[in-house]
Amino acid sequence: MEAAAATSPLAAVRADFPVLERTGPAGGLPLAYLDSAATSQKPHAVIEAMADYYRRSNAPVHRGVYELGRESTELYEGARDRIAAFVGAEPACSIFTRNATEAINLVAYAWGRDHVGPGDEVLISHMEHHSNIVPWQLLCAEAGATLRYLSVSDTGELSLDELDEALAGGRVKLVALAHISNVLGTLNPVEEVVVRARAAGAVTLIDGSQAVPQMPVDVAALDADFYVWTGHKALGPTVGLLHGRRELLESMRPFLGGGHMISRVELDHSTWAELPGKFEAGTAGVGEAVGLGAAVDYLGALGMERVRAHERELTACALERLPAVDGITLHGPPDLDRRGGVVSFAIEGIHPHDIAEVCDRHGVCVRAGHHCAQPLMRRLGVGATARASFHVYNSRDEVDRLVDALKDAREVFQL
Amino acid sequence: MDSLYRDYILDHYKQPRNFGTLEPHDLEAHDHNPLCGDELGVHLRVQDGKIAELAFHGQGCAISQAAASIASEELVGMQVDDIGALSAAWVIDLLGIDISPTRRKCALLSLKVMRGATGGDASWPE
Repeated sequence: MEAAAATSPLAAVRADFPVLERTGPAGGLPLAYLDSAATSQKPHAVIEAMADYYRRSNAPVHRGVYELGRESTELYEGARDRIAAFVGAEPACSIFTRNATEAINLVAYAWGRDHVGPGDEVLISHMEHHSNIVPWQLLCAEAGATLRYLSVSDTGELSLDELDEALAGGRVKLVALAHISNVLGTLNPVEEVVVRARAAGAVTLIDGSQAVPQMPVDVAALDADFYVWTGHKALGPTVGLLHGRRELLESMRPFLGGGHMISRVELDHSTWAELPGKFEAGTAGVGEAVGLGAAVDYLGALGMERVRAHERELTACALERLPAVDGITLHGPPDLDRRGGVVSFAIEGIHPHDIAEVCDRHGVCVRAGHHCAQPLMRRLGVGATARASFHVYNSRDEVDRLVDALKDAREVFQL
Repeated sequence: MDSLYRDYILDHYKQPRNFGTLEPHDLEAHDHNPLCGDELGVHLRVQDGKIAELAFHGQGCAISQAAASIASEELVGMQVDDIGALSAAWVIDLLGIDISPTRRKCALLSLKVMRGATGGDASWPE
């Protein structure tokens, strides 16, 4: 039995993630990590690629006359090439940022400050992460523009009719939406959103932080003006990506000023480096880029279609088995075609924090809280939810352990 | 017996004392825990410098709700001017359970709100 398990594809994947060897606090139970929507675990390949970089190739990039510097630059730019190819984007238009939040702030500042003015509208939705709300609030307050929200239906979905109505007003300059909701798991119809927004003269930004880690994404085919995501949810370290349309990136003002982003610095003004350097001021996080390069190699080798199928299987399993817990409410779309591997839920009579506390005793890691989506919490009429989210290393057995932990939470709360 | 979710904690969570609103009231405050979104407000009626009546309202986990409920029973009758001197240890001792660092703010939210309502330091109690 054990030999069979060791050679199963899932067992092989799990063996790639060293953290899964540790146990939870529950007396030796293996860790069931169900919080990948917050941050994913990292495979040996990523950890080793980063350690190797620092062990053998660490040097400043883009300056080295010496061999070590050339090697470091090749690793950095090689990682960019592979990361861009992984999502079908052009390397020169793929900018490394600190995280997805910084990528959105970059657009809000360097594009928004010159294209959004008094009376204009920025259109987002009630299901956005704070990272796709607050930068637009700051922009709108400064520009005298209005921040508008698309509503979320009871099944956690957006309405394209409502999008059309908002666009028909002719004031929307930008539509910024999550590809997949980090709370509801909703897979939004971003292809259609991009087409309709463009027809109405609005620029689009899609936050792919939850999408790139778990499904095939083709940035070129989607053709949004800006597409952002973050490496740490995609088995890599914390480094963000901004993919932008070349004409926009070239016409935009810089975001951060400093070294590397310049072409020439005079006493009273400067000129800017070509893309992507124009938006990469300061010393680059080379180790992080190298690590994310290894992560996309790993995901690519697994195959993103297979990753998506695995996420779908676990989500289906969760949607099927969680209702066995008395008093449970599941949030998000019931249709598996319209959701990713994120399942938020509530249990009547037990606060999400306490759910997570009892789950922890079973070695099951779930998130409890507002998930950086307070407007969505208000829309759902709750202060917080508990959330289980999956990645390549999770199993159906772990979904069962979650169900058992939730049943135990009801016992603890004497329900 | 559960070390955290003891019977009296669950009792106060499920049937919180001094919960609701007071209209009219003399003092009030509302606050939240930014980490988890839990919200708690309080209404106070004051007589001769003492807390005559008090009502908490809001939503939160078992620890934050039980802390508010248990504390409320002690707070009625206290001098308003004395609330500011109550420490984090005061609430945690009242709760009578081990509070891990991740649950500390849950336990302290009610005291934070009380201090705010009585004109004291509304930052997180030490």
